[in-house]
Amino acid sequence: MKILLSWLNEYGDFADPTDSAAVERVADAITALGLEVESVEVIGETVEGVVTAKINRLESHPDADKVQRVHVTTGAGDELHVWCGADNISEGDIVPLATLGTTMPNGMTIERRGILGIDSEGMLCSANELGLGDDHSGIRLLDPDTPLGLPYGEALGLSLDVLIDADVTRNRPDCWGYVGIARDLAAKMGIEFRPPVPTFEVAGEPHTTPVEIVDGDRCARFTSTVISGVEVKPSPDWMANRLTAAGMRPISNVVDVSNYVMLELNQPNHAYDLDTLGGGGFRIRLANDGELLTTLDGDARTFTGEDLFICDANDTPIGVGGIMGGLDSEISDATTTVALEIAWFSLVGIGQTVTRTSLRSEASSRFERGVDPYGMPNAVLRFAELLSETCPDLVVHAGGADAQSDFLPAAERSVDVRVGAVNRLLGTDFIADDLPALLDPIGYTVSGVGDTRSVVLPTWRLDSTDEVDVIEEVARHHGYEKLGKSVPKSTVHGGLTPHQQRRRLVREVLLGLGISEAMPNPFLAPGTLAKAKLSPEAISITNPLVMEESVLRTSLRPGLLEALAFNESHRRTGVRLYEIGHVYPPSDGELPAEYEALTVVLAGEEAPAAVAVWRELVNTLGAGARVDQSRAPAGLHPTRTATLQAGKDPLGAVGEVAPDVLAAFDVHERVAILELDLDQLLGRAPKPTQWKATSRQPSSDLDLAFVLPNDTPAEKLDKAIRQAAGKLLVDMSLFDVYRGAGVADGSRSLAYRLRLQAIDRSLTDADIADVRRGVETATIKLGAELRS
Amino acid sequence: MITDIIAAKDAALADIKAAASLEDIVALTTRYAGKKGELAALKKQLGSLDSIEQKKAAGAAVNDAMMAVDVAIDARRAVLSATALAEQVENERLDLTEFMGAPTRGHAHLATQAWERLEDVFVGLGFRVAEGPEVETDWHNFEALNMPVGHPARGEWDTLFVDHVPPGGKPGSTVLRTHTSPVQIRTMLAEEPPIYVVAPGRVFRRDTPDATHMPVFHQIEGLVIDRNITMADLAGTIDAFTKAYFGPGFNSRLRPSYFPFTEPSAEFDIQRPDGSWIELGGSGMVHPNVLRAGGLDPEEWSGFAFGFGIDRMAIMRHGVADIREMFADDIRFLEQF
Repeated sequence: MKILLSWLNEYGDFADPTDSAAVERVADAITALGLEVESVEVIGETVEGVVTAKINRLESHPDADKVQRVHVTTGAGDELHVWCGADNISEGDIVPLATLGTTMPNGMTIERRGILGIDSEGMLCSANELGLGDDHSGIRLLDPDTPLGLPYGEALGLSLDVLIDADVTRNRPDCWGYVGIARDLAAKMGIEFRPPVPTFEVAGEPHTTPVEIVDGDRCARFTSTVISGVEVKPSPDWMANRLTAAGMRPISNVVDVSNYVMLELNQPNHAYDLDTLGGGGFRIRLANDGELLTTLDGDARTFTGEDLFICDANDTPIGVGGIMGGLDSEISDATTTVALEIAWFSLVGIGQTVTRTSLRSEASSRFERGVDPYGMPNAVLRFAELLSETCPDLVVHAGGADAQSDFLPAAERSVDVRVGAVNRLLGTDFIADDLPALLDPIGYTVSGVGDTRSVVLPTWRLDSTDEVDVIEEVARHHGYEKLGKSVPKSTVHGGLTPHQQRRRLVREVLLGLGISEAMPNPFLAPGTLAKAKLSPEAISITNPLVMEESVLRTSLRPGLLEALAFNESHRRTGVRLYEIGHVYPPSDGELPAEYEALTVVLAGEEAPAAVAVWRELVNTLGAGARVDQSRAPAGLHPTRTATLQAGKDPLGAVGEVAPDVLAAFDVHERVAILELDLDQLLGRAPKPTQWKATSRQPSSDLDLAFVLPNDTPAEKLDKAIRQAAGKLLVDMSLFDVYRGAGVADGSRSLAYRLRLQAIDRSLTDADIADVRRGVETATIKLGAELRS
Repeated sequence: MITDIIAAKDAALADIKAAASLEDIVALTTRYAGKKGELAALKKQLGSLDSIEQKKAAGAAVNDAMMAVDVAIDARRAVLSATALAEQVENERLDLTEFMGAPTRGHAHLATQAWERLEDVFVGLGFRVAEGPEVETDWHNFEALNMPVGHPARGEWDTLFVDHVPPGGKPGSTVLRTHTSPVQIRTMLAEEPPIYVVAPGRVFRRDTPDATHMPVFHQIEGLVIDRNITMADLAGTIDAFTKAYFGPGFNSRLRPSYFPFTEPSAEFDIQRPDGSWIELGGSGMVHPNVLRAGGLDPEEWSGFAFGFGIDRMAIMRHGVADIREMFADDIRFLEQF
């Protein structure tokens, strides 16, 4: 809401626009009320040294085709000569002349300056150059009757003013009007509030326009008042200037007064030409599906059965209720009698139509938030009073229609407010007698005695319904800054859950392994999942910003592959990335089967690199999984991938991305990958590791090499050795894998070093021979052959 | 005999002096000072001498010789050891600046760094960390937060809807959560007060990306529910956070605002040591309807909530000019932090 200070001052002595300290106090008070001030702009400042001048004659110069010579007079002294490049001027025009020595708003100083050897003795100014708006298309032409030599600000009737742009929150419908802001501000600043009290009287012959409200849930009140003696003409300057400053274009006295009343009293209204109003009355009903209406903005629109129409008495639509009039309902220059509509519409209904049609107006923004359902009579008289300034014969006829439905909010709403509840929430120590001083000035009327008071809620604050709403008003007018600062005396302790601590541990491990964190967009393009050979079953956004970001990911893989491709295209190969983020597979439940996933991608590396990452995580988290290479998940390298099984649950996969998928994502390196269901991994918190004694006895190393068929996983051999070696085995490593000469085709040699040690004695050769024998017996069952 | 001893000693001392390596010293030790060495051999011959005087004199001479040889060997060994060590370390010289390669540690995402810093500050202030789903029911995201169906404020959230339909539910009743506030409801329903939690998380708006907005971004939400929690507690908690996170020279203030799920509602601003103010987030006393939706009696419990953007904290801290850079997954960006 743009607030013109001189206009606001109509309703209280807030601040002199030229007193910047006072202006700042007003702006601060507005912010302290909850209407955040976005900007404070001084307007109407004039440039000293610019005076009105008359063009005596124009002259072209044979060597200059873009500029012409202009001879002007300021009424006194010699004729002055200036060069000018604008082409909208002619002899006899009155124009603003910046005289020599003038400093323009852009910092330029007007100096005597020659072109083609002829000096320019000043400059003719455009509106833009004078800071009067954006128009720089030509010289600002002034009224032909303007006296010469006058400061142009005086000639234009400019005065210094301040425009305050304040953000009105949704709970303050009243602050969409000057009077609402002034009421709140006057109370806050402790100054007198002077609302407009129209003195205009209803005097004319009774004249009633019949009103029928068909859909009362959408329109709860519709008043129509006949006003005759209207002459359509321009508004007086003061009104035109105020509307312009507020961002509205002055059109005619009737339209301008209508807008003025809306801005002042927050009562949107519409004046219909009674002579062209079909049947001389109104019918308010829902539109029929597909019903057409050309709105005031000139667009022919189609409406549905959920949009509300204002129709004339013949049921012809003439406006969209509370949003915009029909093009044909506009008053004309010939209008002499109007039917003035001031109505109250359902907030939700207006909002629905605005959302569906994207048709908005100053009126709809107000109705959507809730205007005063009882402000009509005052607004009608204010309308008449303001219009009578240009229409001296104006008459307001008695018999105005006032149709109401059961959905009209009650005129008197009240709520009990307990001072104890106020203090409990605000931490204050008010007594009940403190409440009236804070509430009465803003129209919340406090009555009764004792600790619980009855508060009548103002009709213009439909947002206020409960005790807590009144408590907020108390807090605002008391001042948030006076509430003090304390810290709750909590009896609970803070901390991360084990799950959250373990998640951080996972990050630490990955970062330590040189893997950086990416955060790709969780929204995929249609087809991306299929491109990654993943199931295309996914949840979609029904109102995406763009189609390329409309599918909820079911895997972190596509996003990370895109990130690798991006980096590769910027000559960064060998990039190592991880992501921890939610994925959203579809489900039949209340919500998707959302879970937190972890994926690691290592560009330029092969499957073993991913296995190494997995081993580090297992080692750190103390929770492992079976590596099952019998089936590779779709999209991963069929012979270089294993699923990770924890009990029956698949925990994830480790290996490489399939070559065809890499090609589809434009990744030209191999990519090792580890994918984990992090919820599961972190959810399985191990018990604290229990101490095992370390032996002080000498240890012996035993090297064993086995030939094992390729199709038997090394992991099985590993397990068999460990089991057979028993408790003497304290450490074991696979130190060589060999395929080639000396080893049968389809097999490989796996060499392990076993460190053997007893806790309580030195080992004998017999102990070591026992282990060797035991291991051999166990591994033969796997088809492994112990090499000598 | 004594002559032989002196000759042997002199020879030994000369050899020791001439020894060029620690290996020589080992050999000379064996040759002269060992149990089977030359001096030991002479000592064994002492018994063959005739008189006690001769034995004494020769014994003294041999002992003197042996001691002299031991001393000489120790001294020479020390010299040679020092030389050998000096030679070894000289040969092992490295120019360490040849090894100042790129660090290999990975880089946590800026949003994660800010997220964890915030968590740590709030944990220090006595909060636990709560989490919730990113795809939410309309009920948790709006209705339970005092925005029933048709509530005009819903329009301000630029909601993204998804096509998931719960059993028996209606299409359009599942959303990408527009704020972390649904976690308030989930926490209240799951736990008994007192509740002191923060809920960091990813949120979604139908917002065209620009230098300061992303449709997918991160927020942190705080919720306190206890007996007799007042608005002063809110102001004090915000202030404690401000000082803990930004530094002791920072201040905070509350200013009236409007959110459907709190009343009274407040924006909170922080003041830099230079006096300038930055708008940080929204807050307020938990609305009685929200407490009720969370299964709590507003007459028994009261509380406050607050929330603000995480990504913006990262941007402010590191001077990132465009938030979109943060989410481009460009390794050249990630490696900077």
